[in-house]
Amino acid sequence: MEFRYLPMTSEDKQEMMKAIGIKDTDELFADIPAGVRLQKELDLKQPMNEYALTKELTAMANKNISTKEVVSFLGAGVYDHYIPSIVDHVISKPEFYTAYTPYQPEISQGELQAIFEFQTMISELTGLPVANSSMYDGGTALAEAVNLSAAQTKKKKVLVSDAVHPEYQQVIQTYAKGQEIEIIPIKLNNGKTDLIHLEEQLDDEIAGVVVQYPNFLGQIEPMDAIQKLLENQKKTMLIVSSNPLALGYLTPPGEFGADIVTGDTQVFGIPAQFGGPHCGYFATTKKLMRKVPGRLVGQTKDENDVRGYVLTLQAREQHIRRDKATSNICSNQALNALASSVAMSSIGKHGIRKMAEMNMQKARYAKKKFAANGISVVYEGSFFNEFVIQLNQDITKLNAALLEKGILGGFDLGKIDPAYQGQMLVAVTEIRTKQEIDQLVKELGDMHV
Amino acid sequence: MSDKNFPLLFERSKEGRTSYSLPELETESFDLEAELGDVYIRNEPPKLPEVSELDIIRHYTGLASRNYGVDSGFYPLGSCTMKYNPKINEDIARLEGFSHIHPYQDPGTAQGALEMLYDLQESLKEITGMHEVSLQSAAGAQGEWTALMMIRAFHEANGDHHRTKVIVPDSAHGTNPASAAVAGFEAVTVKSNEEGLVDLDDLRRVVGEDTAALMLTNPNTLGLFEKDILEMASIVHEAGGKLYYDGANLNAIMGYVRPGDMGFDAVHLNLHKTFTGPHGGGGPGSGPVGVSEELAAYLPKPLIIKDNDTFSLDYDIPKSIGRVKPFYGNFGINLRAYTYIRTMGAEGLKKVSEYAVLNANYMMRKLEKAFQMPYPQHCKHEFVLSGSIQKKLGVRTLDMAKRLLDFDFHPPTIYFPLNVEEGMMIEPTETESKETLDSFIDTMIHIAKEVEENPEIVQEAPHNTIVKRMDEATAARKPVLRYEEE
Repeated sequence: MEFRYLPMTSEDKQEMMKAIGIKDTDELFADIPAGVRLQKELDLKQPMNEYALTKELTAMANKNISTKEVVSFLGAGVYDHYIPSIVDHVISKPEFYTAYTPYQPEISQGELQAIFEFQTMISELTGLPVANSSMYDGGTALAEAVNLSAAQTKKKKVLVSDAVHPEYQQVIQTYAKGQEIEIIPIKLNNGKTDLIHLEEQLDDEIAGVVVQYPNFLGQIEPMDAIQKLLENQKKTMLIVSSNPLALGYLTPPGEFGADIVTGDTQVFGIPAQFGGPHCGYFATTKKLMRKVPGRLVGQTKDENDVRGYVLTLQAREQHIRRDKATSNICSNQALNALASSVAMSSIGKHGIRKMAEMNMQKARYAKKKFAANGISVVYEGSFFNEFVIQLNQDITKLNAALLEKGILGGFDLGKIDPAYQGQMLVAVTEIRTKQEIDQLVKELGDMHV
Repeated sequence: MSDKNFPLLFERSKEGRTSYSLPELETESFDLEAELGDVYIRNEPPKLPEVSELDIIRHYTGLASRNYGVDSGFYPLGSCTMKYNPKINEDIARLEGFSHIHPYQDPGTAQGALEMLYDLQESLKEITGMHEVSLQSAAGAQGEWTALMMIRAFHEANGDHHRTKVIVPDSAHGTNPASAAVAGFEAVTVKSNEEGLVDLDDLRRVVGEDTAALMLTNPNTLGLFEKDILEMASIVHEAGGKLYYDGANLNAIMGYVRPGDMGFDAVHLNLHKTFTGPHGGGGPGSGPVGVSEELAAYLPKPLIIKDNDTFSLDYDIPKSIGRVKPFYGNFGINLRAYTYIRTMGAEGLKKVSEYAVLNANYMMRKLEKAFQMPYPQHCKHEFVLSGSIQKKLGVRTLDMAKRLLDFDFHPPTIYFPLNVEEGMMIEPTETESKETLDSFIDTMIHIAKEVEENPEIVQEAPHNTIVKRMDEATAARKPVLRYEEE
């Protein structure tokens, strides 16, 4: 079998073995104890030629129903948005996608500057002065924020709103266990964080309060009231997980006194990809700048006074500080941060407000339509582009019926809590048309008796 | 400011210029200002650039030309396995049936995706010799932490609450002790001996009733196979600890020996290294975790299972450490790795390791005439030379690395591992031709000659790059982390 990624010829091999002074490459593996050396060939599928493999994997891809084939109202943390064509053209440039972390600034200015621009855009959106180069995803970014709040305040309890994405809550739990941080859930009242319960739980022992804005149920949390509650607990950090597209229209969390804002930039130029890779972001205050997990890019100059960029404040990081590092993160999501930078640049200063607003307008139209067709909308509060409807049938069955009509229905909230039985979280983004919304309402209306 | 400055996208911005193409709002319009009130509507739009589509393309094309990837040239960055990133992988990852599927759509409508993940799990089990594999972890460091959390859960389930220490060799990757700390362990160092291998006497000294695990890279970061691995395994196991395999260097041993057969209880793999996921300028990666039967009960949720011919997500893992990442890992990277494994098969993967090791040994023998080799025995897929001879002549390894830039090479990893003076860690990978290796060898020997005859040219390098050495001290002292309008 020929292998197109392996340029070694038999002549090369002979010359190289001669230079080393061996007769067989097995001699190079002689230090592996004989008793454990693999005596068989690995039991894997036979190697395949490019044409046949492409054909097979294309058939495998075609077994999946893609959101390009159907009309999606499914969100719950991963959204179907407009992706400018230029995004994939930029991230397909091999100088970007085949590069390592930019350790050698002289030949990595392209990547470093792109990250510096990403940091600036995230800082603008969140209203905080410092943003890092990316995290794995919104969930782990939030978990790292929780760990940072405990390390910084030297307190071991964190309050987490029940309206934070349920999978993010689970990730927080796993990370918190390593640091022995106690996570105290805060109940909801009418789809938003219950301020009375939050106030009851707040005391001097609390390292941080975590809310999602807009929250998992689409509702806009009462950030001004939460900010007021925290005024009496100066040391307690406010940690906010935000859909960054919403921040194109909504007041940024930084203006509500957030100490850390995290989230996922999947909404900007990154396809759903069955849940990953997406791209976490992490923004914070100047005070916490030297505690941020992950890579930071800073601007500086070279010997000739030419402006340039370098990885900076590396004394926070694992490769320098080892067990005293603020986090163990090494690889991040740089290429996806680049995709989001291209998308954010394309949408631009005014486009982002327009895009966020269009999500809100179309979602409100859908909500009004549902109500007019006898399907009750569960929460009356202000929301971004998702809202909850109450149906009188099993959501899995309804979604199967919708799929027959070419519609990917909303998220079945009953899957996370039996109390939400029959409730569907509907996401309406800017790419949904009036006709598509009308059809969803009609189909569900027909099934809802 | 110098006119050599490459403009930031924000500096190309001009009021009124746009690059977006949004759909129409065909629905009625609602009064958002009345609904939300002043408090919740931002006062000022975020200062994103206002640029045309061509502006963006020119900008990023310019930035790309100021960057260096594997497709640009030789990238022998030790322990990073900068091998060729196959193009078929990129094409497969962009098929709409893979790229545009939602993690919450019914598993019945994502059978192809689940089948791929299941088959990848099975392939990685076979390659590593482990009992179960989880594809959840996003990168190597997260894989390390995931496995350590499982080891912690295992000890706790046995009432072993005093196992608070994780042993890490002095030559280990920095993520090892950092991951141990994040998982709540204390990292303890075990020394290397003169041969560059773990000192067994020191291991016996540090191991004990408080040992949770030993984390080991094999071959280690010096590129040397820990030949006493079986004895090390028994020392750790007899003390009740677990043995953890850092798979960063798996490229050296595929088809020759498996971590599971060497006695490892847990392993992570870097699919973006050995299995050709592109590095992307820092990520995304993927760091699957493989474990022994004993630890399998603690795997993170969910696992991909097969029942007859149907694939599904299994959340019924009562002792699971929980969730380490939303959804199902970095699917797109796992897909690229899967495509690679299917391209190579068992025969190809074994050749990968054979040639990766042959290339490294060839370079080592050619370079030992000009550089000091602290560990002269055969290496595996990488080796570390010392710039100690050159240092005596006033030239540091950093200078030689910068001089390599003038010859269009990416330098090796430098000053790592920490136990080699002026270290330079070279990993050629199997995808490079003999001609490329020879060209790099000649350049290194040329630079060594320059050090003797004309050291300034090396000390002042690089000469041909678009920027010269950067003022990193000022960058850290007075950090400028975002663009501000002047």
